[in-house]
Amino acid sequence: MTNIHSTAAEMASALAAKEISSVELTQQHLDRIAAVDGKIHAFLHIDSAGALEQAGAIDKKRASGEKLSPLAGVPIAVKDILAQKGIPTTAGSKILEGWRPPYDSTVVAKLKAAGVVILGKTNMDEFAMGSSTENSAYGTTQNPWDLTRTPGGSSGGSAAAVAAFEAPLAIGTDTGGSIRQPAALTGIVGVKPTYGAVSRYGVVAYSSSLDQVGPFARTVLDTALLHEAIAGHDERDSTSINAPVPQIVAAAKRLDVKGMKIGVIKELSGSGFQAGVSARIAESIELLVAAGAEIVEVSCPNFEYALAAYYLIAPSEASSNLARFDSMRYGLRVGDDGSKGAEEVMSATREAGFGKEVKRRIILGTYALSSGYYDAYYGSAQKVRTLVKQDFDNAFAKADVLISPVTPTTAFKIGEKSNDPVAMYLSDIATIPVNMAGIGGMSLPVGLADEDGLPVGLQIMAPVMQDDRFYRVGGTLEAALLSKWGKPILSNAPDLAGQK
Amino acid sequence: MTLDYKGATEKYEPTLGLEVHVELNTNSKMFCSCATEFGASPNTQTCPVCLGLPGALPVVNGKAIESTILIGLALNCSIAPYSRFARKNYFYPDMPKNFQTSQYDEPICVDGYLDVEIETDDGPKTFRVDIERVHMEEDTGKSLHVGGSTGRIHGAEYSLLDYNRAGIPLVEIVTRIIPGTGKYAPQVARAYVTQLRDILRSLGVSDVKMEQGSLRCDANVSLAPIGSGLLGTRSETKNVNSLRSVERALTGEIERQANRLEAGERIIQETRHFLEESGLTRPGRSKEQAEDYRYFPEPDLVPVTPDAKWIEELRAKLPENPADRRKRLQKEWNVPDSEMNSLINAELVDVVEETIKLGAEPTRARTWWLGEISRLANEKEVAPTSLITTAFVAEIIALITSGDLTDKLARQVVEGVVNGEGSPKDVIEKRGLKVVSDDSALMVAIEAAIAAQPDTAERIRGGNIPAAGALIGAVMKATGGQADAAKVRELLLRHLGQGQETR
Repeated sequence: MTNIHSTAAEMASALAAKEISSVELTQQHLDRIAAVDGKIHAFLHIDSAGALEQAGAIDKKRASGEKLSPLAGVPIAVKDILAQKGIPTTAGSKILEGWRPPYDSTVVAKLKAAGVVILGKTNMDEFAMGSSTENSAYGTTQNPWDLTRTPGGSSGGSAAAVAAFEAPLAIGTDTGGSIRQPAALTGIVGVKPTYGAVSRYGVVAYSSSLDQVGPFARTVLDTALLHEAIAGHDERDSTSINAPVPQIVAAAKRLDVKGMKIGVIKELSGSGFQAGVSARIAESIELLVAAGAEIVEVSCPNFEYALAAYYLIAPSEASSNLARFDSMRYGLRVGDDGSKGAEEVMSATREAGFGKEVKRRIILGTYALSSGYYDAYYGSAQKVRTLVKQDFDNAFAKADVLISPVTPTTAFKIGEKSNDPVAMYLSDIATIPVNMAGIGGMSLPVGLADEDGLPVGLQIMAPVMQDDRFYRVGGTLEAALLSKWGKPILSNAPDLAGQK
Repeated sequence: MTLDYKGATEKYEPTLGLEVHVELNTNSKMFCSCATEFGASPNTQTCPVCLGLPGALPVVNGKAIESTILIGLALNCSIAPYSRFARKNYFYPDMPKNFQTSQYDEPICVDGYLDVEIETDDGPKTFRVDIERVHMEEDTGKSLHVGGSTGRIHGAEYSLLDYNRAGIPLVEIVTRIIPGTGKYAPQVARAYVTQLRDILRSLGVSDVKMEQGSLRCDANVSLAPIGSGLLGTRSETKNVNSLRSVERALTGEIERQANRLEAGERIIQETRHFLEESGLTRPGRSKEQAEDYRYFPEPDLVPVTPDAKWIEELRAKLPENPADRRKRLQKEWNVPDSEMNSLINAELVDVVEETIKLGAEPTRARTWWLGEISRLANEKEVAPTSLITTAFVAEIIALITSGDLTDKLARQVVEGVVNGEGSPKDVIEKRGLKVVSDDSALMVAIEAAIAAQPDTAERIRGGNIPAAGALIGAVMKATGGQADAAKVRELLLRHLGQGQETR
């Protein structure tokens, strides 16, 4: 019997076989949200009426025999950074409070066209700046594995919603690890596609040259199904790649890695990574070898500069992207009592509307772009970016995919790093190089750390527009792990509905 | 003692620099598909992209790139195989994104020139104006500051914003400094802008209407003592809304700067606002402290990389340079400078050429456009070209040449067409304006005239040819002016035995 614990693929086939209606399936998820989201706080906005209406329309189409997309009728949660027409879209910020976009982002439009039922908008670090959702202006999201821990971020709400069975699928964005890191911390699959593979149109911009939309799900196949539904060229995004989407669903189903060369990145292993994390990665490597893959060690010597370069490029672009939030046309307006000029109102609004981390990055970026500092900061950071790309090019000359842990540690405690920005930034050390190079990467849950029983994520990386490769490797490894464990990883997570 | 312009330029050498902004006439905006029509209701030509809504992304208008390349080629520039857009960051309420997407250190066209000819005391002289760059950018919205005394943002009660203009494609054409113009600086500037305007018009890339702001000129000028070899501090005059104003603004500014220098004061680096009524400038924004725009490459756009073949195709499509064309036409039409200038000033060169191409006799084409049609246009306070098509003018002239219309009748036909009575054919038919050329019909009228004035007829028979005027007049009157007077004269004289008379 299909229920909220089923995979999206199972839900889709049950819907196709008319064993369950989309309205029923949607209602099950809305009930689950009602039951557990008080503890998780994955959602910022729940659109029950809209979701049921969309589900009803899909059921009607199905009843009339209309040909539907593979995921038609399956519910989804969408990160609150994607514009959805008429639905509040805050990007986790006070400054966008009350804004209802007059248009759909391309990804939302594609989901609607595919009949995927949008349950609501999920919590996130303000403007995607953060690794824990603690920077949300609307409260922190809790990790379903342990409510005292963060689900990671910035797409923590989306990851938590999927891990807590509030939705089988979710959309996130990843600028420096914001899909892969929360996926790792909540024991689900998350993918950052190749830069340009999924349209950014309608995604509130944080760092334009790094931002990428991607899928979350509980299985590799589900992730692939969603990835295919949202990928493709978009005329409205100049940076979107005009090339066919790789056959990722087929790759996810292939379950074979014989003869593939898998590169282990020397610089992203060993000290600096929690023992329980390293142990699970080592086990995964063994399973891949057993499945017929060849392991090679590769070196990426410039990765050590990637984090610093990221914290110049991303804030620089952010300082410009966030300039538009000035109270003039939409969102929050503070201090407009008739006595103040436009500049004063802008200033008061930005003071009240932006959180601490956002201000920190605006100031950092403004400084890095200033005349006299540009070459030393932004200019050097771009050079590092080129070097990181070269590191990847050299590594991919030796290996089909590269692997590393997603994060140095398992999920950390809420509040543990919120007063130490640099410690927080370090949790993205393994994910940032992927964004810098514009390639794609997957976070796959590969077990629980012995010391804390929390999920560990393996990162699988592939060259530009070869995203099918990590689906192939991820699908194979997932199957091997499942046969080893005998049950999905999330069955080890606490039963939230039972806890009071 | 105050220096006048003559005194100022006897002592100081002006150095010019001109920045011209051109609004392209593309159907859609620079980065979105919104319409660009001038004068639409406020905020009706907007979308998420040009309103800078969160999440919206720009896409470059290919037509705008084509237009810019055409401009670059017409100005003898090199076209960069790789150029990029950058973000110019600053806050202003009419800037939706609080950054302007513009080209900065990687413009699409570089290193061109334009030769301009002006009249000097020693006859015509050509100055070469070097062009540093031609680049693309987007226009801002428009602010209307309500209340307050100055119409400026400071002191206004409130401001209204219209984003229709936000995102309209702009091309900025920047000269290098133009030294050595001496007292002719204002004329060189005017000639440059005029010639640039003509080129842009011939390319068909802009409406080039200074009064509507589709062509805007910022005039930079600095002074240094003649022979010093120095470069003074410059001012930048904005709001120069006509060709005449370019000249006036610079003349005034050179005078102002010279007098400040005479008084031992320094020139402040600033923008100045041209005041149309007085011809003076008032201070605007200080540029003493260079504003930091924090330029960086626009990450939402990919580099512009036009391929060489396309550029060559565009080069092959370039129309003839308007200045060269004028010289050629003047030679072909064999008209004196004064008449050519009248045609140029009345902006009638194109229509005259077209009318001639349609088969009209050249002298008549010029005369009709400059004369009757311009007179009617003047009366109605519109452009002559808006009154009547070149095809109709050519048709009317053909009827004159064939003798089917007299000049007098043709004037009535033009008037009818202008008044919306239809094509020349329609007007001729409706008003019954055909020349009476039927000999027998004319002979009836001639005989009637002779019968009425037998004495006059007798004098003509006796050899007094000038006396024929009276009888011709009577015939013309009898035929309601529709007879060809020459024909009447010929028939009359022959009838009275004076047929051998040669005119």
